[in-house]
Amino acid sequence: MKAYVSLFKMRLLKGLQYRIAAFAGVSTQFFWGFMFIMIFEAFYSSTSNPQPISLTQLIQVVWLQQSFLVFIMLWFRDNELINLITSGNIAYELCRPTDLYRFWYAKLIAQRLSGALLRCFPIIIVATLLPKPYNFTLPPSFTAFILFLITLILGLTLIVTISMLIYISIFYTMSGTGSLLIFGVFGEFFSGLVIPVPLMPEILKKIVYLLPFRYTSDLPFRIYAGNIGLNEAIVSIGVQVVWILILLALGKLWMKKALRRVIVQGG
Amino acid sequence: MKLYLRYMSILFKSQMEYRTSFILLSIGQFFVPFLTFVSIFLFFQRFSNIRGWSLYEVALCYSVTHMAFSISECFARGFDSFSSTIITGNFDRILVRPRTTILQVLGSKFEFTRIGRLTQSIIVLIYALNNISVVWDIYKIITLILMVISGILIFTGIYMLGATLCFWTIEGLEVVNIFTDGGREMTQYPLSIYKEWAKKFFTFVIPFGTVNYLPLMFILDKVNGNKLIYMLTPLSGMLFIIPCVLIWSFGVKHYKSTGS
Repeated sequence: MKAYVSLFKMRLLKGLQYRIAAFAGVSTQFFWGFMFIMIFEAFYSSTSNPQPISLTQLIQVVWLQQSFLVFIMLWFRDNELINLITSGNIAYELCRPTDLYRFWYAKLIAQRLSGALLRCFPIIIVATLLPKPYNFTLPPSFTAFILFLITLILGLTLIVTISMLIYISIFYTMSGTGSLLIFGVFGEFFSGLVIPVPLMPEILKKIVYLLPFRYTSDLPFRIYAGNIGLNEAIVSIGVQVVWILILLALGKLWMKKALRRVIVQGG
Repeated sequence: MKLYLRYMSILFKSQMEYRTSFILLSIGQFFVPFLTFVSIFLFFQRFSNIRGWSLYEVALCYSVTHMAFSISECFARGFDSFSSTIITGNFDRILVRPRTTILQVLGSKFEFTRIGRLTQSIIVLIYALNNISVVWDIYKIITLILMVISGILIFTGIYMLGATLCFWTIEGLEVVNIFTDGGREMTQYPLSIYKEWAKKFFTFVIPFGTVNYLPLMFILDKVNGNKLIYMLTPLSGMLFIIPCVLIWSFGVKHYKSTGS
């Protein structure tokens, strides 16, 4: 366990080195945030019917999406891992006296965590200072905030579990681009990043609730915005845990199988 | 020009060597914007219009932007990934050849998989044209074609500006994405739905407004007054490429090799 913790620490520090890149990222995310808010605002101003999520709540979701982008993006990829597999350097990794699945898991979580730590605070602070309808506000209650934190962390665990499956699939396809693209695009859609889940038509919503993707980002953010009640939130935490356990088991099993037939590509 | 076509055919052949990967990537490229359009479609299921624009009008706007984007991404990819040319020092080789730098950088890379994205936007265009109630005449068709051409030039210009920055920063900058990807996402809706500052920025600084919003008003008969001005706005958008070329040649003069 100690080995994983120290690896985790190293990765975290490495990520914190790239400060300028993070600054550039923050300004880009502000632009995207504003754009989404303007589009939503335009749509909302064209109708008088009540919507399942209010514009203020939607704005909270947008800012949270932008600040925790690194947490929720499926396509956030680690080229190092992909290169390991395709170049054959995986042989070194296999020599290490550690479990490969856990080793990579710690690596990926640390990477996302360091990325988010750098970016989320500046975005949240500036977004809080914005003029009235566009600003980022406090959650409806303290309980909601605690539930938000729990679901956010479980969501991070879940998304890394999903992305592990993508990395393992590279053992078979040997090129990350295709599977990452397809997974990324559909995952993003089903987690409500393209169109917010409450605004989807009923049938689509049902499908989305059956898939694991929305539990990574849609759930925690809407709890924070006050769009999901406390009771539903507690039930959803259970669903998150179940998904994590299923996908973990699946990933470990698949990894074992993949490693048995791994061909080291030259060297 | 002949040289350019030769570059193109060689790169096309080389990409065709990996046929499966080519087809898969093209399909992927088809789905990325396709889901964006699905989301626009779903928005309109819930809200009947956006600041007075209907689904089909937005679809027309969307298809023009995406066509321009996919074509420029296919041909100007060399500028988009220019930082690697600088880092590896390959730009030195380009400089010693007796041809212009722009031609060579343009010819260094083609991304033919963008055909997937292009197909998607053409499908949306047909869908929009089928449902929209507009009386078409020759002027409107010319305007539509001009819109796409002008869009291609503007996107290419932005790629060139981003590449020029690499002369100083070496690394590519993520901020440039605001203007390429961000510009694309913004202009898939008519600019009039945005706030005043965004509208002004994307009309006068980076003239996306001249590609979709203003001429679109002409096509959809939303203009009162002088129609000719609205029809010819795409031409003024094309002027955007001129300062970009000048800045590029200024950048080339200041180029210091990284060595390696």
